[in-house]
Amino acid sequence: MSTTVFKKIMVGFAFSPNLKANVYESLRIARYFGGQLIFVHVGSKTPEKESHFKEIVASSPVQSEKINIHWRAGNPVNTLLKASQEFNVDLILLGALKRENVVKFYLGSIARKITRRAKCSILLLINPSEKRHPCHHIVVNGFESPQTKDTIRAAFMVAKALGAKKISLVEEISRSKVAVDVDDDRSLRKATLKKEKLRRQEQTRVEDVVNNLPAKLTAEINWTTQSIFGRRGYSIGHYAKVVRSDLLVMNAQENLGFIDRLITRDIEHILAELPTDVLIISSKGYE
Amino acid sequence: MNKTTPFMQFLIGLPKNVFSGFVVSLIALPLGLGLAIASEAPPMAGIIAAIAGGMVVSILGGSHLTITGPGNGLVIVILSAIVGMGEGDLYQGYLYTLAAIMLSGFLLFVFGVFRLGALSEFFPTTALQGMLAAIGVGILAKQFHVMLGFTGIKGNTINQLILIPSSIKNLMSNPTSEIILASAIGILSLVFLFLYARIRNSIFQLIPAPMWVVIASIGVMYYYDLILKNPDILGANLMIILPDNLLTSLPSPDFGKVLTSDFMGYTLSITLVAVIESLLSIKAVDKLDPLKRRSNINKDLRALGIATGISSFFGGLNVVTVIARSSVNVNNGAKNRSANFFHSAFLVLFILLFANQIQKIPMPALAAILVYTGYRLAAPENLYRVFKVGKEQGVIFLTTLLATLITNLSTGILLGILTTLLVHIILNKSGILFSRNWLKPNILMYLEEETGNYYVSVKNFCSFLNFFKLKAKLDEIPPSSHAIIDFSLCEFVDHTVMEGLNDYSRGFSRQGGFFEIIGLDVHEAKTEHPFAIRKSLPESSLLSFQISLTKRQKLLQKLSNILNWNYLPDPVSNYDGLERFFYFKTKWINYRYNSLESKNKEFLLFDLSYSGGAFITKEDFKSTFLQIKAPKKMPVFALDKENFMTTILQLSELQDIDFKKYPDFSRRFYLRGEDVKAIRDFFTGDLIYFFESHPAYYLESNGDSILIRSKERLASIQEIKQKLAFAEELIKILENK
Repeated sequence: MSTTVFKKIMVGFAFSPNLKANVYESLRIARYFGGQLIFVHVGSKTPEKESHFKEIVASSPVQSEKINIHWRAGNPVNTLLKASQEFNVDLILLGALKRENVVKFYLGSIARKITRRAKCSILLLINPSEKRHPCHHIVVNGFESPQTKDTIRAAFMVAKALGAKKISLVEEISRSKVAVDVDDDRSLRKATLKKEKLRRQEQTRVEDVVNNLPAKLTAEINWTTQSIFGRRGYSIGHYAKVVRSDLLVMNAQENLGFIDRLITRDIEHILAELPTDVLIISSKGYE
Repeated sequence: MNKTTPFMQFLIGLPKNVFSGFVVSLIALPLGLGLAIASEAPPMAGIIAAIAGGMVVSILGGSHLTITGPGNGLVIVILSAIVGMGEGDLYQGYLYTLAAIMLSGFLLFVFGVFRLGALSEFFPTTALQGMLAAIGVGILAKQFHVMLGFTGIKGNTINQLILIPSSIKNLMSNPTSEIILASAIGILSLVFLFLYARIRNSIFQLIPAPMWVVIASIGVMYYYDLILKNPDILGANLMIILPDNLLTSLPSPDFGKVLTSDFMGYTLSITLVAVIESLLSIKAVDKLDPLKRRSNINKDLRALGIATGISSFFGGLNVVTVIARSSVNVNNGAKNRSANFFHSAFLVLFILLFANQIQKIPMPALAAILVYTGYRLAAPENLYRVFKVGKEQGVIFLTTLLATLITNLSTGILLGILTTLLVHIILNKSGILFSRNWLKPNILMYLEEETGNYYVSVKNFCSFLNFFKLKAKLDEIPPSSHAIIDFSLCEFVDHTVMEGLNDYSRGFSRQGGFFEIIGLDVHEAKTEHPFAIRKSLPESSLLSFQISLTKRQKLLQKLSNILNWNYLPDPVSNYDGLERFFYFKTKWINYRYNSLESKNKEFLLFDLSYSGGAFITKEDFKSTFLQIKAPKKMPVFALDKENFMTTILQLSELQDIDFKKYPDFSRRFYLRGEDVKAIRDFFTGDLIYFFESHPAYYLESNGDSILIRSKERLASIQEIKQKLAFAEELIKILENK
């Protein structure tokens, strides 16, 4: 269990009612991932704030020797992004907000901006808590992209670190790939056959990726694949919710050409409504 | 099975389609004339639309058993277009309207090209029903006067409704012989139309009711003409007048008003109604198709657009898909689109051969047909049914109905949509759910890799606003598979969706698939949308009528006690498997009640409510059936009494299997089935002797179970006992085989 998934983990903190839960959760995650924890607060540093924060850290049941606390001033988004580069962190932890009365989580504007612009991996937590809720089931995207291999690998490493026993690899296949409009029985048959073919192709591709991973990563983990014909980025979030997974692992937004960026807004669906904790993997962000 | 080429199959099916096309043309002729007259267009306009529709859509269309021609729904819009643009000159108004119709044909075509057929889902079911009811009231209000022999009544629908009592008073106080004859024809025709469905005589039922009305009234007119020598008993305004030369006197559209806002408004209304009526009908006919084919809606829309363009060029009305005529088509054994073609071919023949006789049709007879049509659209039981779904549905229905009557059709349906939305917002106590999630994707559908089932999950809300998204996904699931629709993440489901899902559920069970809706129980607890829930379980809305048992039910209960069976008087909508019997191929099962089941589940006796046909040709049945488990595997066959109707059916259905050795059996029974050899082997001497020596039931085997029906009505206790005894003996014989 001592694999290091993320070496340097950064947490931006504010003095909110959630502070205790956030700190506890961060410490716990740092322990699981075997990384060094860097707390950054954007705002003025006062003795009261400092002692209050240290108190909370000290009260956590999980402790870590490798903690740094930094106090910075400036615009939160830019400051945190700059800090992340300065410390060369591998992972940023961000908390989501809960919509009043409804069990729906979304990202605040600061977190959203950081997610879009960060160069490293990001973990979005919907429900930081003082007590640990275990992670059993991880859903990871498997669509065809150069980054996907790394993402799947990261998912298996995270599963090892968190003790998750089940991974579902979801291949989202764009409906337009089927290229048959269903109008009547004949076109329905045609579309069904075409889908079956695409499904098998995708499945083989994803299975190959997993089978090429080191055996010690995939052992003891029950992994399955699932193809979904639907809008990329949306379907996987809905799926993660339906299967009640505990963590969704996704590729970071690809920085492609202008047109691509217009179309692939995969992650935006997830940011608007977080189905569960989400880990966004940037290819170079882990080892 | 697949050795025959499509062309050969077409040839083999040809006699069935010709026959069916003929029967349909019998109803299309009076309706075509009547609908045109009701719209203040020349009578020929309706016939031209039917001819153009049949010719074009049968060749270019994407549906299989639909009949196309002038539609009821369009009467009111076309009437207001003709009156509105004519400004006093009806004929000029008609020419302007032809231009609007032509443009609407083009729009229809464009709808098809851009695959906008799915947009029709955007109309809430109840608002649509309200609109249809308003159209019905409109037709009824205007034609009621004509039926009584008064053709001069003008004004809008409300005025005409108000004037109905004064027309009746007029008839009483001022009876000229002309008015008396006219109103007698009209009223008797109407009474006949209402009674027709109750007359259970197969030969009589062969000719559709409207044709009987036409034939009888032509007969009356000939009687006055030839015997009483009084040819002009009815004035010219009460008779149909066809142009002397049909080919040269075709009017052509006048595009003089194209750029006015009036013209655009009428065009849009006409297009809207044409699309809605066609799509509703196509969907309804698909549910009646014995071969369970799925229509290509967009292809059909394109064909309807082209047909409408051609029709209007020759002076005809809009071509839409019509439900009543289509259901007649299905019931008479049509197999493919050629029936539609033959229906129009027969119309051409009628017009060329019987132009004189057609001019003998008195208007009150046609008006009676239209009054009946209008009544069926606006029947009070529709309102009752809507109220049963929920009070708020009643509000939506009435708002749309009144708004359509007071203003016009487009405004009416728009108000209906707004009312529905408002009702939904009130029920949810906020509109945020809708405004926040309307444009977001909310459907997840995938083929579960472990189980092979299709799983569909719906999030946020699902109502008429976004039902098309769900439908798009559901349409991609082969109906022979197992689909699970999960609403547990969905906070609100409306009536339109529940009704739509019910259609899917029937479609799946017809094709041997399974359609399961889960996750709605959560909602009932929250009582967020009780009306939708109630819709999904038709039995619960009927439960209330079973508080105390009738005498027959008490007897059934006693019988079940004697037999030591289980008796359940309540209606249940679970009738899986029944649809796979031949008998229900073109019928629609509503619910099963008074079920009597043996302890070993081998015998199941029940009353069944089911319907055949649709709209004005709809007939409701209640009959007692006995379903028994076959002791061993049997061939699939149906055995019926041989009579005139089955002889006719042989033109269109599978051939009667006769046995040379048993002439008596062969003469008395009509036996059919696909696997002729297996059936011949199965019907051995003792079995044939058994059938010969017992009362003739309608009997059908689907391989594993046998369905027995005595008469097309509920059986008495005595008959039930006989039937049970019959079945027991039959089982014995089958066991010994």
